[in-house]
Amino acid sequence: MALLDLESVHVYYGNIHALKGISLTVEEGEIVALLGANGAGKTTTLRTISGLLRPREGRVRLRGEPIDTLPPHVIVYKGIGHAPEGRRIFARLTVEENLKMGAYARSDAQGIRDDMDRVFVLFPRLKERIAQVAGTLSGGEQQMLAIGRALMARPRLLLLDEPSMGLAPVLVEQIFETVKSINQQGTTILLVEQNAYMALTIAHRGYVLQTGEIALSGRAEELQANEEVRRAYLGG
Amino acid sequence: MQRSFWQRLSIINTYLWAFRLSVLLVVVWGSLGTFQAGCRSALTICDFKSKYAPNVWLDLLVFGLSQGSVYALIALGYTMVYGILRMINFAHGDVFMAGAYTAFYLAAAFGRSGFLNRSPLISLAAVLALAMITATAIALILERVAYRPLRRAPRLVPLISAIGASFFLEYAFRGFFGSGFQAYPEWQIFTGEWVIAGIGILRTQAVVIVASVLLMAALYTFVMRTKTGTAMRAVSEDLEVASLMGIDVDRVIVITFGIGGAAAGAAGVLYALVFKQVHFFMGFFPGIKAFTAAVLGGIGNIPGAMIGGLFLGIFESVGPILFLEGLRVPGIYPTGIPAPYQLKDVIAFTMLVMVLIFRPSGILGERLATKKA
Ligand SMILES: Nc1ncnc2c1ncn2[C@@H]1O[C@H](COP(=O)(O)OP(=O)(O)OP(=O)(O)O)[C@@H](O)[C@H]1O
Ligand SMILES: [Mg+2]
Repeated sequence: MALLDLESVHVYYGNIHALKGISLTVEEGEIVALLGANGAGKTTTLRTISGLLRPREGRVRLRGEPIDTLPPHVIVYKGIGHAPEGRRIFARLTVEENLKMGAYARSDAQGIRDDMDRVFVLFPRLKERIAQVAGTLSGGEQQMLAIGRALMARPRLLLLDEPSMGLAPVLVEQIFETVKSINQQGTTILLVEQNAYMALTIAHRGYVLQTGEIALSGRAEELQANEEVRRAYLGG
Repeated sequence: MQRSFWQRLSIINTYLWAFRLSVLLVVVWGSLGTFQAGCRSALTICDFKSKYAPNVWLDLLVFGLSQGSVYALIALGYTMVYGILRMINFAHGDVFMAGAYTAFYLAAAFGRSGFLNRSPLISLAAVLALAMITATAIALILERVAYRPLRRAPRLVPLISAIGASFFLEYAFRGFFGSGFQAYPEWQIFTGEWVIAGIGILRTQAVVIVASVLLMAALYTFVMRTKTGTAMRAVSEDLEVASLMGIDVDRVIVITFGIGGAAAGAAGVLYALVFKQVHFFMGFFPGIKAFTAAVLGGIGNIPGAMIGGLFLGIFESVGPILFLEGLRVPGIYPTGIPAPYQLKDVIAFTMLVMVLIFRPSGILGERLATKKA
């Protein structure tokens, strides 16, 4: 059984039909890339999975159990972590408090400490700034914090919405390395990216969204080789 | 392109500057006048002595502090609810009244049985506890009935609901308990003064100040140090992302209303301790003053509410005498304004207007524009 599956999900913003029957699956242990132009519906898909939006039709299932009627905080307890688009760290909380809020749903103090250390191994910069108010971090550091915060929930499935947005090329590479190593440590990842080339390099499979519909899907290498994808998203 | 100072000076700016200057002038002129009131004529060089002895000023300051700490306790409820829901809970002053009014019956019963003075501390604690429990309960009911169903409505709607709830509470209490003033029983050990380091301080005021400081310290520690407190701050920054952390936003909102209610209930008893009476309408003015205090400190900001409350209390108590008593208006009030104390509300609301015009973010608040509302 797939870890996550969406079955012909329709989502509306008022009269705007944003998702027109999306079906996709994510298997345990995979990195799945969700690609598409601006406004294709990638963020909408992730927000629907984590319960911020309700599908008007269709189902979202986690290991076969429907979750599309649950409130967001309950979905977190089911094992889905979501690093939303645009970082959205808690700017007035310290780095440490942000990470602790990431672990809000957990009560194993030892495990939380271990995971915080794990985040600091991934992002040593955060450790140096542990007591700093998060709003004063640099953009890249804030992105690290946003990912670290999502990891603190120790999710089964991590939804990442454009983790490389607005970062310097060196940092982009580091973020993708990190995503890969998080995955190798056992977290399944659904990755939304503008940087389709990098995303397909680390992903196992991918879906291409086009104005609310899935236009293409397949193994990462197939998509990388696909003429249409190359033209539209890979600049060649 | 750099425009000159005079070009940038629009008409509105001119008026604002004139307003600022005139307030400043009144304050300076009035204060100078007050300190010269002891002299025979304004032209005599005298040594800046007011006709009041230093201990009168000190009394005013202590009274201001006690009044201000009550404002601060109420202001916390306004500011915490605003921080999370971006809504002004205008019924909050009546939550304060409800706490004080309900606890009045317990205090009166204690007074009749003599328990009040036999065990003053236990009876005060019991009265405070009852007020806090009642006020919390009412705040929670308000949230559930009057605000939660409207959470997704346009922002004006819950505001109207709050005003309705305010009237509902006032007239419900009037209906059940009458429209007269009820005299709060007095604790004997809290009458008279304590002399600390040669300075006499009214006992009721000392009790009010100490109790408020303890409550505020407890609340501040809760918000800054506990997991739930941190979750409250997270929700007030970004409700949606907080829910992605697994925080049950509804639960946090309930806790916020509960804490605000408890603080208001305690404030109600402390207020009654000083003014020695309760009335169904008693929540109105302290409520508006506390709202002023919250705006003054920067609405949404918890330390700001505390500082704003104390600031307003002191200004209101020291201000009339300091600024107005010696304010000589030639031809009308040649010797200064009579009965300046009647004008303390004018001072409070002038401050509110000035803050709203010149620094809408308050003393500690960040600019409103940077806050996603
Ligand atoms: N709150 C909203 N109200 C109305 N329409 C919305 C809202 N949010 C998104 N949309 C519309 O839904 C469509 C999908 O938006 P979405 O944010 O999911 O795109 P995206 O694929 O994440 O784009 P991007 O790459 O720019 O982040 C867009 O046409 C957008 O205009
Ligand atoms: Mg997006």
